[in-house]
Amino acid sequence: MKKRSLLLIIPFLILPFIFISAQKVYTKNGAVSFFSTSTLENIAASNNQVMSVLNITTGDLQFSVLIKSFHFKKSLMETHFNENYLESDKYPKAIFKGKISNLPAVNFTADGNYSVEVSGDLTIHGVTNKVTTPGTITVKAGIVSAKADFKITLADYKISIPGIVKDNIAKVIDIKVSCVYDQKL
Amino acid sequence: MKKIIFISLVFGCTAMKSLAQQDSTDLLSQLERTSKKGTDYTIATFKSTRLITGHSVENIGKGVLDVRILHRFAPFNTGIYNFFGLDQASMRMGFDYGITNNLMIGIGHSTWQKTYDAYFKIKILRQSTGEVNMPVTLSFVSAMATRTELARKDTFNITWNNELPRRIHTSFADKTSFTEQLIIGRKFSERFSMQIMPTFIFHHDRIDSINFYTKNRDNLIYGQKRKNTFAIGVGGRFKVSRRVSVNAEYYYQLPDTKPNRKFNSVSLGVDIETGGHVFQIHLTNSNGMSEKSLISDTDDKWKDGYIRIGFNISRVFNVGKHK
Repeated sequence: MKKRSLLLIIPFLILPFIFISAQKVYTKNGAVSFFSTSTLENIAASNNQVMSVLNITTGDLQFSVLIKSFHFKKSLMETHFNENYLESDKYPKAIFKGKISNLPAVNFTADGNYSVEVSGDLTIHGVTNKVTTPGTITVKAGIVSAKADFKITLADYKISIPGIVKDNIAKVIDIKVSCVYDQKL
Repeated sequence: MKKIIFISLVFGCTAMKSLAQQDSTDLLSQLERTSKKGTDYTIATFKSTRLITGHSVENIGKGVLDVRILHRFAPFNTGIYNFFGLDQASMRMGFDYGITNNLMIGIGHSTWQKTYDAYFKIKILRQSTGEVNMPVTLSFVSAMATRTELARKDTFNITWNNELPRRIHTSFADKTSFTEQLIIGRKFSERFSMQIMPTFIFHHDRIDSINFYTKNRDNLIYGQKRKNTFAIGVGGRFKVSRRVSVNAEYYYQLPDTKPNRKFNSVSLGVDIETGGHVFQIHLTNSNGMSEKSLISDTDDKWKDGYIRIGFNISRVFNVGKHK
């Protein structure tokens, strides 16, 4: 009697681990790019080594972006971006920790495009702000991918622009995110 | 029995819930831990490719053209009549180009001795942490300088040592010097960087006129080759703010190899950086701006008040094809 009851418990103990762990997808080469459009100069940079994890069951979505992996066309811009603006030695990563707020709208088992809303905390340059943005989840042949475009204001993240180049750099920066979650955990 | 199943069900559910919540936070750090660390290369050891007048470990990027205009005024102790030296200026105009991110070339022309110079700089090692751990950045500079100034006519009329000065015929090679320099630099912290520069100068040039070495008259022998110079340079910078740094540069010539009546170069400067410009303003006792002139042809001492105000302006242009 005792032995049988113990055997019955085991599945309940193991199940959560199996069940949960099968519901996470991730990528180590997601793409994040940003654009600054101003009257004098257009600046663009992209990063293709973004780490991101999506939990299909809970809708938890996280990003880790290495600042030094952003690449510019002009090498001096890259140096200034790291040294003067983002201070990548002090703040090596940008982190997003959020959630898909309308998770039931997505059917992860059927192919299609689903509009979602993501909200969470975005940390850049050591400063954390709440961010909410619409995005798209695409399911194709069982592989989940995500896309989102949003804007951030540099002043919110204490990234200061000296007066002499204030016409070269936009105050609001466009950000594009694109990830294909082809790895399962 | 039922009780046990109920308890384990509750446990299972709570475990599931807590796992779902906390696991995704851990997952990101777990991912980072398992993924390759990569090599983190140190950037911006110095703000410019020149510390003050001499080279720093920095290179310019591929396809970047750096136009540099340098001025050194007359010594400060020439007084108010000479507007503390600002009435006279010696300048160097130069163009630097980055062939790759680790190899750059440059040419320039200086007023002093009407010198033409050319050099290349190659980065051999890059300071980094992570997978490749390298404590220093190592660069090599190879430069040549040719003076083209002719002896002034009036110098022919001076006699000394019972010998009538005459201009001897000199070929291109007799006016050229070569500088080979290793630069070992390290960014110790966000603010503080230092470098050491062992330098060897092959003086191929012969003395062809007293005009060039007015202070060395007693030691001047026509047609003589100058002794080669070995110097060790030390330089550093301290960042005052994100865009302003204070720099110092000193070249010590080994006494045995130092040309007569030449002094060691000492410079103090400030770098101000805005966008694609770097503005460097400094105090120095050196007049020449090519590598050889700076290190082995400094005529004045700080102690005597022969301090010159100087400035460098650097403006970069991206001329290489964009990917």
